[in-house]
Amino acid sequence: MPPVIDFPTLQAEAKAHWQTLIESPTPHILIGTATCGKVSGAMSVLDAITATLDRLGIKATITQVGCFGMCYAEPTMDIALPGMPRVSYGFMTPEKAGKIIEDFIIKGDPRPDLALCTIGEGSIDGIPAFDEMPMLKGQRRIALRNCGHINPLRISHYIARGGYAGLHRALTALTPQQVIDEVMRSGLRGRGGAGFPTGQKWQFCHDAKGTPKYVICNADEGDPGAFMDRSILEGDPHSVIEGLIITAYAIGAAHGYIYVRAEYPLAVSTVKHAVEQAREHGFLGLNIMGSGFDFDIHIKEGAGAFVCGEETALMASIEGKRGMPRSRPPFPAISGLWGKPTNMNNVKTLAMASYILAGNVDEYAGIGTDKSKGTCVFALAGNINHMGLIEVPMGTPLQDVIFGIGGGIPKGRKLKAVQVGGPSGGCLPAAMSDIGLDYESLVKSGAIMGSGGMIAMDQGNCMVDVARYFLSFVQAESCGKCVPCRLGTRQMLSILERITKGDGRPEDIPLLEELAKQIKAASLCALGGTSPNPVLTTLKYFRDEYEAHIIEKRCPAGVCKSLITYSIVNDKCNGCRLCVKACPARAITFVAKRQPVLLDEGLCNRCGVCRDVCKLDAVTIT
Amino acid sequence: MIPENLTSKEELQALLCGFSRDQANLIPMLQQLQERLGYLPPEAMAAAAERLGLAESTVYSVASFYTQFRFKPSGRNVIKVCRGTACHVGGGERILSELERQLEIKPGETTADLEYSLDTVACIGACALAPVVLLNEEIHGKTSTGNILDAITRRKKTGTGCSCRQ
Repeated sequence: MPPVIDFPTLQAEAKAHWQTLIESPTPHILIGTATCGKVSGAMSVLDAITATLDRLGIKATITQVGCFGMCYAEPTMDIALPGMPRVSYGFMTPEKAGKIIEDFIIKGDPRPDLALCTIGEGSIDGIPAFDEMPMLKGQRRIALRNCGHINPLRISHYIARGGYAGLHRALTALTPQQVIDEVMRSGLRGRGGAGFPTGQKWQFCHDAKGTPKYVICNADEGDPGAFMDRSILEGDPHSVIEGLIITAYAIGAAHGYIYVRAEYPLAVSTVKHAVEQAREHGFLGLNIMGSGFDFDIHIKEGAGAFVCGEETALMASIEGKRGMPRSRPPFPAISGLWGKPTNMNNVKTLAMASYILAGNVDEYAGIGTDKSKGTCVFALAGNINHMGLIEVPMGTPLQDVIFGIGGGIPKGRKLKAVQVGGPSGGCLPAAMSDIGLDYESLVKSGAIMGSGGMIAMDQGNCMVDVARYFLSFVQAESCGKCVPCRLGTRQMLSILERITKGDGRPEDIPLLEELAKQIKAASLCALGGTSPNPVLTTLKYFRDEYEAHIIEKRCPAGVCKSLITYSIVNDKCNGCRLCVKACPARAITFVAKRQPVLLDEGLCNRCGVCRDVCKLDAVTIT
Repeated sequence: MIPENLTSKEELQALLCGFSRDQANLIPMLQQLQERLGYLPPEAMAAAAERLGLAESTVYSVASFYTQFRFKPSGRNVIKVCRGTACHVGGGERILSELERQLEIKPGETTADLEYSLDTVACIGACALAPVVLLNEEIHGKTSTGNILDAITRRKKTGTGCSCRQ
């Protein structure tokens, strides 16, 4: 049994250690190496940093951190020199990184031309401060409070920034009921999608008879277009672990599970490491912080089934069965994992719970709207300038997120729609951009908060195709247990496929609406129950586009392959041959230098590569 | 029968011995078997069933439910196209259909010479870098059909060819 660690001492040590790191006379270089950073080439930038430091004989500390959320600017590198604010640089390449180190550390020039922002106290001419960045203005970071600031593999970094203080307070100063009361008072609602009050959920499980009880962290983020859970697990795993331990204490559970997608290998290894560290520090195991409370966490890797995000399906998967949902009641709070009372929360919910318990209840309850308190995390992607992860107060207008934080639509195009909430959500038209992002307003519009994926779409996106895409996803991921979902979604999909192929019939629209109504009412779980949402919202807001496909046999956005023809505008083409080389179908023929090339419609497979490579905008779709 | 890429029956047993006789261990056990063998041959599933005291049909029904498990060896190069929303909006489906055409296989299939396997993945959570394709666990972000085919050809010629580190 590990010795009981005195938390205040541990905290003081961590803070002192953190202070030395920040105030250290040696330069401190931070690099974002979450999955998104790595994909953008962070590892070769890291290699270049070490090589440059060696070459110049500079002694520096290098810290690998998670993702700040500014994925569009990755890979990022930050340099902190003594007596100066930390400077963040984006769009790094190995060459640029080497040059910046040389210019900044040796010559004292912070290169404002390449910098994104400064972080911390003090300012540097020509570089905006962190909070003044267009992408960060208006954000309120709670679940993401440590992402990009700390090394996720170092528990002391987390403790130094206030981590595990909530757990310490809960275990030493509060009864389980008081913990639940605080969460209720904060107004926290489940951030996994449905928005059920978290305190109430905990209360049900606390009151349930039967032992042992279980707590589960649902980190099976399968929603296409959502990556906030991955980012939190990769950048700040301890906030989730702390939240889970607090939950366990509140409901009286001795065992916990973190069910994480196997498709997130870095998140899996980071969380495993963090659990090990928490155990070594006595935050897990027997007699936690001398309170007499025993609890431990097991990590379960998912095996690739979207439906396992559904709580009853997830529990079946932990039990080693097919991950199929079952009907409720009985609710998991009464009969969950192995028939015992079980409580399940999402990654973001737990990360927020640990913040709330650290003495921030009133602050949290003061953010957001009347019924939706606190903040919500969104993954911004699609046709938007600042792609990445953001956290805003509930109720923030959609347009502030898209045009303010998100930086608007690239290439001067117009916003057409925003898809919120993944396959369970809906597409909101640009005209509705003043809608507030909170549970109530979104439900009223026909969309839902869902897991918080937000995809911006411009005029080049066909809404019928988008609806078909979501249906094909849901259809492929349906577990097949209940008929409305198994057969109903298949029927809807085949109608949508027919429409996109130009074989749609006028009666298809009422038929889709009827099917949607039945599937919504009769499906066993939320996967089926919410699957018609993308179809219903596109029908509601973009009906003219359906009609164009069905009646005029035309795809206005130029997406649906069967309804479009590619051609090359002779006036614009100068015969540069880029498209000739790129065309996989050999449908384009070179005529002569400085002369337009020819496109053979018969051979063209409408892949659009020619349009992508053309620098003169000479390829058109009709 | 011993699965062909195991040297002995003992090795198969060694892979199973860390797990207690509890159905909760089934998925982790299958994950470990697949990690070592590359896929789940019938013999491995039979051994797992015996170890956990389950019917072979139960093991197969669980394994076949999850997309992670494969029952045939995969090709030397595994290409997985991300089917997330951002990737769809960014042209992921076009990449997939082009790869299908070029390799003459459908998702879930392997070319006859065992060179390539093509598959899709629901969403790997790198949406800001869409469209994304995984080439043997290496993630290629902001990619196009041309880039992927180039990377494959490069790999074919030199045996390497990671574009994301260059």
